[in-house]
Amino acid sequence: MLHFFDAAVIGGGVVGSAIARELSRYELSIAVLEENPDVVCEASGRNSAVVHGGFAYDRGSLKARFCVEGNRMMDELSTQLGFRFIRCGKVLVGNTDEDLRQLERTMAQGFDNGATGLELIDGKRLHELVPAVNGSFAMLSSSSGIMDPFLFTINLAENAAENGARYFLSHKVISIARKDGRYLIHTAEDDFSVRWLFNAAGKGAKDISDMLGITGYRVIGSKGNYLVLDKRLGPLLPMPVYPVPSNTYMGIHVTPTVDGNVTVGPDAINTDDFGYYGVPADRMEYLRESASTLWPHIDRKDVIRTFSGILAKWVDDKGVIQDFRIEVRDDIAPGAVNLIGIESPGLTAAVPMARYAISLLRDRFDLEERKDFDPVHATAKRFAEMTSEEKAAAIAGDSRYGSLVCSCEEVTEAEVIRAIHNPLGVHTMTGIKYRTRAMMGGCQAGFCQMKIEQLLEKELGIAPEDVRYLRDSSWVLAGKMREG
Amino acid sequence: MSERKDAVIIGGGPAGLAAAVALDNLGIHDIVILERESQLGGILRQCIHDGFGLQRFGESLSGPEYAERFISEVRRRGIEYHTDATVISLTEDRKVEAVTPSGLLGYSAKAVVLAMGCRERSRGSIMIPGERPSGVFTAGSAQAYMNLYNRMPGREAVILGSGDIGLIMARRLTLEGIRVKAVFEIQDHPNGLDRNIVQCLDDYGIPLYLRHTVTDIHGGSRLEGVTVSEVDERCVPIKGTEKLYPCDTLILSVGLRPDNGLLKDAGIAIDPRTDGAIVDEHLMTSIPGVFSSGNVLHVHDLADFVSLESEHLAASVAAYLSGGLGSGMDVSVRCGSGVGHTVPQKVVSDDGFTLSLRVRSVMRDAVISVSQGGRRIVEKKMRKANPAEMIMIDIPGGSVCPDGDLEVVAG
Repeated sequence: MLHFFDAAVIGGGVVGSAIARELSRYELSIAVLEENPDVVCEASGRNSAVVHGGFAYDRGSLKARFCVEGNRMMDELSTQLGFRFIRCGKVLVGNTDEDLRQLERTMAQGFDNGATGLELIDGKRLHELVPAVNGSFAMLSSSSGIMDPFLFTINLAENAAENGARYFLSHKVISIARKDGRYLIHTAEDDFSVRWLFNAAGKGAKDISDMLGITGYRVIGSKGNYLVLDKRLGPLLPMPVYPVPSNTYMGIHVTPTVDGNVTVGPDAINTDDFGYYGVPADRMEYLRESASTLWPHIDRKDVIRTFSGILAKWVDDKGVIQDFRIEVRDDIAPGAVNLIGIESPGLTAAVPMARYAISLLRDRFDLEERKDFDPVHATAKRFAEMTSEEKAAAIAGDSRYGSLVCSCEEVTEAEVIRAIHNPLGVHTMTGIKYRTRAMMGGCQAGFCQMKIEQLLEKELGIAPEDVRYLRDSSWVLAGKMREG
Repeated sequence: MSERKDAVIIGGGPAGLAAAVALDNLGIHDIVILERESQLGGILRQCIHDGFGLQRFGESLSGPEYAERFISEVRRRGIEYHTDATVISLTEDRKVEAVTPSGLLGYSAKAVVLAMGCRERSRGSIMIPGERPSGVFTAGSAQAYMNLYNRMPGREAVILGSGDIGLIMARRLTLEGIRVKAVFEIQDHPNGLDRNIVQCLDDYGIPLYLRHTVTDIHGGSRLEGVTVSEVDERCVPIKGTEKLYPCDTLILSVGLRPDNGLLKDAGIAIDPRTDGAIVDEHLMTSIPGVFSSGNVLHVHDLADFVSLESEHLAASVAAYLSGGLGSGMDVSVRCGSGVGHTVPQKVVSDDGFTLSLRVRSVMRDAVISVSQGGRRIVEKKMRKANPAEMIMIDIPGGSVCPDGDLEVVAG
């Protein structure tokens, strides 16, 4: 089937969805083409979930600029979109004279970049902020924070959809042709004819760029592995703890999550396989040992999960990591905004980056602003965060609030059912997980996955063999054992 | 608006049911059971194999039949219970709050019985390397899909861990036409009961490989296979021994841990060896009036022993409610060489009790001794002591004195 839209956004991750949301401020029909069955399957859902301060990037770079802007914007975005963001600060700890000099350089760079809330602190202050941390002094970035990367991305996408953008999930772009002043985008499912397009394909951005005829970019994968620790440890870590960074690698850090877990990672291993997220045994041990030099509470017993993410870094001929590249090549691909090398701090920088990408289009074409754009994404308070009175009222209004599906994270049937009927049409098990936190707790889905699987069957009217886990071919069950 | 109760029992599985019936027998009728599932019975409901009740009833019952013996007693006696009732908070002053579809339930209890059972260790908790495809199930989850929901978890399976549920599932999967390629166990001995090795593996020709473990998981979407390696004496994989087993399903039977989330919230002291509460010989936790038994206290091998322990707990609760619980001592139980953990972890009276323990390794002609200050209290001789089996030793009343730790040694 051939669809006509004014604009297509290729890639529905945090950057693509930020573009879709910001683009829906204009009188445009918008299609978002996402190859996965959800919007947080790749880097957007596989990272440290840290809102960065903007000090660890080269002066004058887009990374520095959008990071600082995104950091400033985060409170407002959090309120509008209803995802959790905690401006808890973070520390970069050091021990040697060389560490101190590097932190001073980082701090000076941060000031030039416009980062705020930076100060060098002594060991006493450091240990007041983070007890048990190993370090003699630190740079404190009080504007840094942590967020829920899943709901940031999902709620950007849902807000875009509420404002009229249409999401086409499981639509992998196969080819792009230019014809009669429009782009014809061919996917395995449907074809799309659009006037403008945005390449926000993340790890696939180089391929899309090639399809547009903008060739020659060298993009490498940098894979980071992580451990996830039990919620027991969250209260012991008030803010992320980093080693002294370089401008291209933050180092292995320990980070509290907004839900009270702790993540450990990432390492950085170069890879050209953007589809392999396996976490090797030696990496797990390395992460544990390396992060234990920063913070002593990392015990194998507390590991509940491992994961990895892959950053798509644009490098030059010598392999030196480059800045974000956001461009319109009028000579080669007019009306196409090409985003290359979008890696960390992409999460923090997503919205200002999206606005900048759209501004490149506005410089060239007249875009009419809508009057009815609504930046607010309505979210319901999580049952787990309600007071007893609120819980009682919620159950009185809908008895499904009184059925707990996931005991570890206190997620109710009402919340799971709402998540199943999400506006993007995501129907995977992990889709429910990222939207509700069901299955993320200590038992790691041991007790609740059957109930969620059953609700998916019932609410969607699908057969057991059609339930999917994360990807389109990740079937969960082989079917019924017996009919009836 | 909390209702007063003599005892609130959290969990309606074998521990909670046995405690409720025994309390009723002892004249404690003002009690309530709170069960989070839609039916009473706990994990027994999905254990449709037989072998339950040999100790308790002298006959072999299925899990649901075993549970029904207790459930029918609960019903006959009119003991109050609520299903679909998940406890979300327990406080130090024994206030209990539960969520149900008809609203919140709040209780103020003289005594609380923690009987929430255990949960399975997951892939993450044993840090199996590799990708994260669908098709990796804990044994209990696969069992629930099959026995409670009529759902087939896969077509071709490998099982990691020779715990009882894993062995039972090897047979169950085979009977449903799923090909079980092998069971792998990292230890040098099986973790399940001998009878399950014979009845679930040997009878079906399913090979068991000791000193092997899964060292890689393959598949970006659905599981495509696992790499299995031999391990050395320290359970470290030996390079060069890797072998690929194509399969679409991996069943993990790698251990159970007490489901202790509520204990942590309530601030109850936890024994890192068991992951359950630290209790005295009355099975009372660090919070007065809060008792614990069954798999949330320490993982048992047989449901029958869960019932027995819970009946003992009921006697303690009854004594506590009438102010007649023995006290006056503060003796720690120390795990000496060869002993993994004990329950209780401390002794506060000379009432006499049953000491439960697990040994650390397989021992032949084992001697388990309990002593205090060099004075031997009890000695138990066993032809074979196996970590998979819970060992129980009766400590007679009057044998423990107030001075010095009790030391338990196995060798």
